[in-house]
Amino acid sequence: MKEFLLGKLSLRALPHEWFTIGATVSFLLLALIVIVAITRLKRWKWLWNEWLTSVDPKKIGIMYFLVGGFMLLRGGLDAIMIWLQQALSSGSSQGYLSADHFQQIFTAHGNIMVFFVAMALIFGLINYIVPLQIGARDLASPFLNTLGFWLFVAGVIMVNIFFMVGGEYAATGWLAVAPLSGTEFSPGVGVDYWIWSLQISGIGTTLGALNFIMTILKMRAPGMTLWKMPLFTWGSLCSMIMAVTVFPLLTATLFLMFLDRNFGAHFFTTTLGGNAMMYTNLIWMWGHPEVYILMLPSFGAFSEIVQTFSRKAIASYKSNVLGMIGVSAFALSVWLHHFFTMGAGANVNAFFGLMTMIIAIPTSVLVFTWIATMYKGRIRFATPMLWFMGFIGTFAIGGIAGVLLAVPPVDFQLHNSLFLVAHFHTMVIGGVLFGIFAGLSYWFPKIAGFRLNERIGKYAFWCWLSGFIMAFTPLYVLGIMGATRRLDHYDASTGYQPFFIMSLIGGIVIMIGVALQIVQIIASFIQKRHLLDITGDPWGGRSLEWATPSIPPPYNFTVIPTVSSRDAYLDLKSLGLLKHDYEDIHMPRSTASGIYISAFAFLAGFGFVWHINWLAVLSIIAIIVCVIMRTFNENTEYTITAAEVEKLETDRIKKLLPAPAGNNEDMGLREFVGIVIVWGLNVIRTKPWRTH
Amino acid sequence: MAHALAESHEEAANDRVMFGFWVYLMTDLLMFAVLFAVYAVLQGNTLGGPTGRDLFSLPLVLAETLILLTSSFTCGIGMIAARAGNKNQVLTWFGITFTLGLMFLGLELYEFAELIHEGHTITTNAFFSSFFTLVGTHGLHIISGLLWMAITLIYVLKRGLNKHMVRKLTLLSLFWHFLDIVWIFIFTIVYLRAFV
Repeated sequence: MKEFLLGKLSLRALPHEWFTIGATVSFLLLALIVIVAITRLKRWKWLWNEWLTSVDPKKIGIMYFLVGGFMLLRGGLDAIMIWLQQALSSGSSQGYLSADHFQQIFTAHGNIMVFFVAMALIFGLINYIVPLQIGARDLASPFLNTLGFWLFVAGVIMVNIFFMVGGEYAATGWLAVAPLSGTEFSPGVGVDYWIWSLQISGIGTTLGALNFIMTILKMRAPGMTLWKMPLFTWGSLCSMIMAVTVFPLLTATLFLMFLDRNFGAHFFTTTLGGNAMMYTNLIWMWGHPEVYILMLPSFGAFSEIVQTFSRKAIASYKSNVLGMIGVSAFALSVWLHHFFTMGAGANVNAFFGLMTMIIAIPTSVLVFTWIATMYKGRIRFATPMLWFMGFIGTFAIGGIAGVLLAVPPVDFQLHNSLFLVAHFHTMVIGGVLFGIFAGLSYWFPKIAGFRLNERIGKYAFWCWLSGFIMAFTPLYVLGIMGATRRLDHYDASTGYQPFFIMSLIGGIVIMIGVALQIVQIIASFIQKRHLLDITGDPWGGRSLEWATPSIPPPYNFTVIPTVSSRDAYLDLKSLGLLKHDYEDIHMPRSTASGIYISAFAFLAGFGFVWHINWLAVLSIIAIIVCVIMRTFNENTEYTITAAEVEKLETDRIKKLLPAPAGNNEDMGLREFVGIVIVWGLNVIRTKPWRTH
Repeated sequence: MAHALAESHEEAANDRVMFGFWVYLMTDLLMFAVLFAVYAVLQGNTLGGPTGRDLFSLPLVLAETLILLTSSFTCGIGMIAARAGNKNQVLTWFGITFTLGLMFLGLELYEFAELIHEGHTITTNAFFSSFFTLVGTHGLHIISGLLWMAITLIYVLKRGLNKHMVRKLTLLSLFWHFLDIVWIFIFTIVYLRAFV
């Protein structure tokens, strides 16, 4: 009876180690602070109606940014813990982590950074920017968008809940290779949490990608043919097409793994005919394209930035687009280069090695179009442009390392070494993350209504870039010296330690960069009125998102513009063709269905993790009921009449205040620290926590 | 003017949903592709135990196939009736489709029950793991299709054949034909190939 009710769950699952207790206490404290703050400010209703149930892609985009940013700190903490262990654990010193704990940390670090940081921030950018760029008012299916977001949130909770219930995460590496991830070698719940956090958020990704494909292909402004589409939208389209192509493979593979673990099937086991190597193939068929899914929107963002800040149209638009299409097409046929050493044979290795080298060609085309765009341009070195230029350098280094690894004989030497770790971090940090930061600083005025502080932003950039070089160059060297990845301890005679310490210092510089980014955002909020973007076009942009006011109204455009060229907005403003007119607008209603379905998906996953089958079955039934109720609800839209739009617009213009006269310079660090100290002293003096 | 605008708004939405559903079907097909590939890799791993050739009953599977093909045909006729706006015919033809789907499901469950009764389950070996998963996943799709059909028919009965309902029936029929196509592949690759 107890087993039926609670499955494998027992009191032993409660936190009892220093890190699980620590994490549980800090999560609960944080939750308490947030709950108290919202209650005291009486903001629950507002939060629910205006944000959580919203189907506005702009709001969903911001929620993606918040969750992704929070997870960046969480994954960054893991990174620092890994760095510290490796710097300490040489010779007689065993470091401060047990081998098992160390394995859980690098697994969680990989999962969180790829799924819940990079994917989240990329989806945030696509949500916010793509509808604006193509002149759309909402997405093809606003409901699928909120559902995708909340499934992603369910995945985020699933990947973190092990601290409170269970106490262990997968200790298998971020792809949980079989047979290590089977019940024989991983009997605990760690791998089950891994399965369900990826499964739930992965289904959300598939739905989101499907939605964006529909939106981009079917909802562009009149006149915007595919060859006139902005490059960020092109990058997003390529990325989303790849996502719907490979995420079903992940879903199926995780499903098989689930059957292995929960129902004793023999897909990837070592006994009774299972084939563990098939797992490696299946997971990398998804895993390799996944990297490009993250990369392509970043490419698109860089294309937008290099045009705007070089004040020039992209050099050879069509080559750039074909480059992105080429990357997406080739990306589907290179997965085997992740396991040349598994023994597929010389011919198979040669084919995948060649395909991997060929993918460097469309990628180089992209790099050359960007460099050629800068050539003879009048370049402004604003922060987005700095991120872009940092990217060009790191990306070239990482790309060359990648081509090197694509040669099977070289790979036999470097396989699973720190050289590989250095390579993919160069691509994912130097490529994807720099692209996200570039995009966020570029589009921040659109999203928040005011510019980011440029001065502190530049400090943050230089910390990131120098820290990044300092942290990962030693790893290339270590890899060539023979250090394998995932080392929790090494012999002192290897001579690795100085390099690991240098890498740790680089990591600390990166963390300073992260701290400066947080300072940058706070400083910009303080100086908000000076940085206000009244025109909606702070950088002299070329594409349609700049035709809307910053912050855009819920309906984005009062009148959908007609597009006649690639630089749609540049032409509209230079020819004075911007229309100011009002019309009736159909808008989707907010809905909480996405939240309910995701909550039940979470419960179903939780049930499967702990073998509480009644909970899983009931939750799945509840999901089906929610879906049925939603699909047969025909009242999902409302109309804003032209008169209401006119009133909203005039109200908005009335509210715009010109920036106050006087010192308009962005504050520096010293000034920021001064303001914080004055504020702190003021708080201590007035004692707001004392109730009168 | 406002009415025409709403009309075109509606039509555009319809167009998007149809396109999106096709893309969804392709994602589902890719999941089946994985299961087919896995079956192809693992089907020989019976470890000396009985193979598909020893266990499958071709007459039963042929009956299943014919039933499902016929249900696709009746579903098609149901769609013609839906476009013509004939509510009673829609209910009749989709009712027949539903019954045929139920018969198919019954036969499949019978086949599974026989196998399990003889001691062949998903845990026996890799061949049975992949067989039960591939065919079972198709069966799960049939169950969801039947559930969807039942609920849509109840709404047709209650709300009549409005535009929304015709759209839902169109999507449903696409889904049903899709399952038929997947079954043809299962019939060929799983059952017929076992006897080659």
